[in-house]
Amino acid sequence: MSNPLTMKSWPPYAVGVGVGLLTWFSFATADHPLGITTAFENTAALAEKAVVPGVEEANGYFAAKAAEGKSPKVGWEWTLVLGVFVGALVSSRLSGDRSPEVVPALWRWRFGGSPAVRLAAAFAAGAVMMLGARLAGGCTSGHGISGGLQLAASSWVFSAVFFAVATATAFALYGREGADRV
Amino acid sequence: MFDSPDKLLLGLATGVVFGFLLQKGRVAKFPVIVGQFLLRDWTVVKIMGTAVVVGAVGVFALVAAGHAGLHVKPLLLGGVLSGGVLFGVGLAVLGYCPGTTVAACGEGRRDAVAGLLGMFAGAFGFVAAWPALQPVINGLGDAGKVTLPDLTGTSPWLWVGGLAALGGVAALTFRRPAGRQSPIGDTTPPHEAEAGTP
Repeated sequence: MSNPLTMKSWPPYAVGVGVGLLTWFSFATADHPLGITTAFENTAALAEKAVVPGVEEANGYFAAKAAEGKSPKVGWEWTLVLGVFVGALVSSRLSGDRSPEVVPALWRWRFGGSPAVRLAAAFAAGAVMMLGARLAGGCTSGHGISGGLQLAASSWVFSAVFFAVATATAFALYGREGADRV
Repeated sequence: MFDSPDKLLLGLATGVVFGFLLQKGRVAKFPVIVGQFLLRDWTVVKIMGTAVVVGAVGVFALVAAGHAGLHVKPLLLGGVLSGGVLFGVGLAVLGYCPGTTVAACGEGRRDAVAGLLGMFAGAFGFVAAWPALQPVINGLGDAGKVTLPDLTGTSPWLWVGGLAALGGVAALTFRRPAGRQSPIGDTTPPHEAEAGTP
């Protein structure tokens, strides 16, 4: 049997069990659910505090977060995000599963091979996705997995909505012909 | 401004394992995420569904034993619905969710780096526009930090058992036909070849 660490992929159910066990670990050791986007919000808030004079008084965000005991900081969630980058880097290097292409094949089939178009769309979509996550208070990790496993009503509503909207968007972009190219 | 060093290290270690799992699970890949929403590749649902069922068992046990508390987000319907719509559109166009965007950057995907910068821009916009966004977030009321067992007056274990049973039945029902099933582990699924060849 080959070394699992150098395999390019593991079966999805095994990965799911691993992520599930990791949530036990994070609740037990840090009393914290897995989540990604709070760290981005904290980073943005810290940066705005650093570069915009008087923003703490002008924007009620800072007072409201301080009252909740959730003032922006570099914390557990922040190093968690850094760790996700490192873990994926190590995993892909061990297996040689590196993906340097700029324009994914399905995108190229539908929208052409221009790197500028793909990168601009990815930037805009990343901004819209993050805005949505922060409006809702979580993402695929914070709501979908962590909230889902806590049986949180907000998380199940969020997951149902984003799944339906993402499916409609994907079919609007690529259609049935695109689906047959996956 | 900073958590204690041991807490930062704990977060880092948890993140490294999370990123490793996401990369091995192939969800840091555009065709896998978009393939899910084109209903052709069920990797995302399999991973998330299994994680939710396994995670629920342990977390509700930890809570029952008094070793952890639940961290449920409030049901602010305005924020959850508007956020879900924007999130779904962005996710389908980008082809990575927030966690897998970070993992895809680790895997070397350049378009994910553009997505990551966009995510920072979105977070800046959210904080800057926070006062103006309050009517959207709170516009449809706040039902509080409620869980499905709270709402229905049932035991969480009923839900955990139900989800596990549902997942098991779905996994058996939608199994790939035997002829197409790849051996467990070190395989390159058929659509992986798509990454390199148009």
